[in-house]
Amino acid sequence: MDELVIARSLFGMTMGVHIIYATLGVGIPLMVLVAELMYQKTKDKDYALMANRWTKGFAVLLGVAIPTGTIAGVQLSLLWPGFMEVVGRVIALPFQIEIYAFFLEALFMSIYVYAADRLSPLMRIVSVTLVAFGASASAILITNVHAFEGTPAGFEIVDGKFVNVDPWEAFFNPSFIVTAGHVTVSALMTGAFVIASIAAYKMIRQRGNTREYKFHHKALMMGLVIGGIFSVLTALNGHESAQQLYQYQPEKLAAAEGLFETQSYAPLAIGGYTDKEEREVKWAIEVPWALSFLSDDAFDTEVLGLEEWPEEEWPPLFVHTLFNAMVGIGSLLMLLSIVGFTWYKLLKRREFPRWLMWTFIAAGPLAITAIEFGWIFACTGRQPWIIYHVMKTEEAVTTSGNIGLLFVLFLIVYIILMISTVLVLRYYFNRNPISEELH
Amino acid sequence: MSEAFYAITLIWGLVFIYAVMATIDFGAGFWSMIYLNRNNTKATNIANRYLSPSWEVTNVFIVAIVVALFSFFPGATFTLGTVLLIPGSLIILLLALRSAFLVFSHSASENYKRILTLISGITGFLIPALLICVLPITHGGYIQTTNGVERLLLSELFTSPSVYAFMAFAISSTLFLSSLLLSDYSNVSADQEAYQTYRRDAILVGPISLAMAGLLVLTIRNEAPWLYEELMDYVPWLTGSIVTFAIGYLALFIPRKTGIGIPRLAMISVVTQYLLASYAYGSAHLPYIVYPNVTIETGFTDPATFRALIVTYIVAFFILTPGFIYFWRLFLKDKRYLKQNES
Repeated sequence: MDELVIARSLFGMTMGVHIIYATLGVGIPLMVLVAELMYQKTKDKDYALMANRWTKGFAVLLGVAIPTGTIAGVQLSLLWPGFMEVVGRVIALPFQIEIYAFFLEALFMSIYVYAADRLSPLMRIVSVTLVAFGASASAILITNVHAFEGTPAGFEIVDGKFVNVDPWEAFFNPSFIVTAGHVTVSALMTGAFVIASIAAYKMIRQRGNTREYKFHHKALMMGLVIGGIFSVLTALNGHESAQQLYQYQPEKLAAAEGLFETQSYAPLAIGGYTDKEEREVKWAIEVPWALSFLSDDAFDTEVLGLEEWPEEEWPPLFVHTLFNAMVGIGSLLMLLSIVGFTWYKLLKRREFPRWLMWTFIAAGPLAITAIEFGWIFACTGRQPWIIYHVMKTEEAVTTSGNIGLLFVLFLIVYIILMISTVLVLRYYFNRNPISEELH
Repeated sequence: MSEAFYAITLIWGLVFIYAVMATIDFGAGFWSMIYLNRNNTKATNIANRYLSPSWEVTNVFIVAIVVALFSFFPGATFTLGTVLLIPGSLIILLLALRSAFLVFSHSASENYKRILTLISGITGFLIPALLICVLPITHGGYIQTTNGVERLLLSELFTSPSVYAFMAFAISSTLFLSSLLLSDYSNVSADQEAYQTYRRDAILVGPISLAMAGLLVLTIRNEAPWLYEELMDYVPWLTGSIVTFAIGYLALFIPRKTGIGIPRLAMISVVTQYLLASYAYGSAHLPYIVYPNVTIETGFTDPATFRALIVTYIVAFFILTPGFIYFWRLFLKDKRYLKQNES
């Protein structure tokens, strides 16, 4: 049991680190692409410069995204050999296709970065589009395996063996489209808000109508508009995801909402924490009937409570807080881009008030936090199962031992990588300040 | 020919491509460390110019191998995943450090570049040494099964002369192949100084790598007689491998109008040398993936999954090949890239 917790912590740590880089690896290429397109359309050199600088940052991030992704890929087999044996038989396709997407991304990333001066404008756009496509496709395909873990399909179990395998049915498992959509649009949203954060931070450090200020202002607006669009899409898709939980993983929904008793006209608990002893959510704001309506578009929908399952099959109850935090941040970000857009475009104010600037600065880190909460919710909310109602996580874990030592080693390497990323990015952008490149 | 045989051939192909690309990649990192302190900037620049665009693509191959292995042979994954926890984790940790710092060094200052080059140089020979340990582990004798639980005998592994022969072979091959490629690369870039440097290195390391290969076969004879016996059925292939080595080595001494040696011929012959030798080794290893527990038949995936995977391989081949060709032309053929003066 202890080894299981350490193995889960180790893999969770890997994913927690990787997901930051991977999310930005999906989100930033889209911003680069939009900037490239804006440049071709407006011929405003600022946009070309943005694309150029973001690519430099992106290349550094990718330099960590790729090795941490490699670690995640290999660690799956090392830590969860029992799980990967099933994956190999049933759901190998997404991993395999992801390799092709990965090749596409790596090839054209190198081309876009190291051959930039030799590419025609069209090939620049084609290259960055393929990088963006490769990155998104990788994310979607890996999410496909995650979706399979929640809604397994495409096989039968006879005498403990996986037979009648239909790999494409496993691939198009019920929650694939919605889950992959959620990961993609939320990553695109996060990339945009991170760009907006940086731009806002640069603006606040030098007020006034300088050339540099205008540059960052354009970047901020681009981040807010794209972030806004994708936060709305994330919310719409999030609603869809919740309805799928209702349909396919009811105990996960019950844990997310802290619902113990099966009921129709179920209330929605916002905030608070789930008390296991007293079987209720404490300090929450309850919206009557809302959960039933959200689950299946009718107030009399019966929502199953945790009491339907034996306690050892309950997901950890803290997922309620993670779920709330994710939804809360998502809503806040949506609101933020609407306010920003209205202020600038509709009220025609040239400058944002200081408090609003500070919330813009917080947007990027908040978006990343929401991504982390979302992933932890999605994965711990599935526990104790590694494949929902098919295989328990404890059955899949390695029997090797010594994982504690590895945990420490990986922790050290991740700390080195994260600190170095920040140092390298700071060093590069301090040495190549925007003020120089603008002239 | 069974489906499992096609699958293992495909994996062998991927491993071979990775082995060649990675040895060059790791070796280039090593050489750029060696020449950092000797004011031989041209040789360092050549190594870096090759490394910068290629490492990401090389890195994808290792993931491709892992994915192909667990997709085609999930049964083998269970055993390999269990016993390789420690060595495998060390490899990916070193790989992560190396890859990240390779990218960082591109954006960092000269002061940092020394440390970064050091990291890429040291990992450049540690990683191949660790990677090759997977081979002796699959030969049997290092895995203990108690109550159905498989465990790697680490102390037996690292006290066995065979493992060190493999490591010496991996390191010397890394240096040999990479110095050959870099000599060819600097020759195409018309950089005579760097060419002479790498040609000299190749001449130096070449015989060592061959001697290590011989030593390795001898240790196999002692530690894995089953493999040695099978290997002796492939003597013609091994002989061919030695002949192609000789051709490649001699090609470095053929006089030309502009200098001495034909590095392109040397490179191609030596890759052929490794191709022949690894074909012999791979065939002798069959049907075992991990001796004696896992064969290609017992570890094989579901037939439906196999067929679906093959379809994706074929589709991907047609989609990705133009990308690889474009990449090749931009970085390995384009004179504008090759002849630039700064790295």
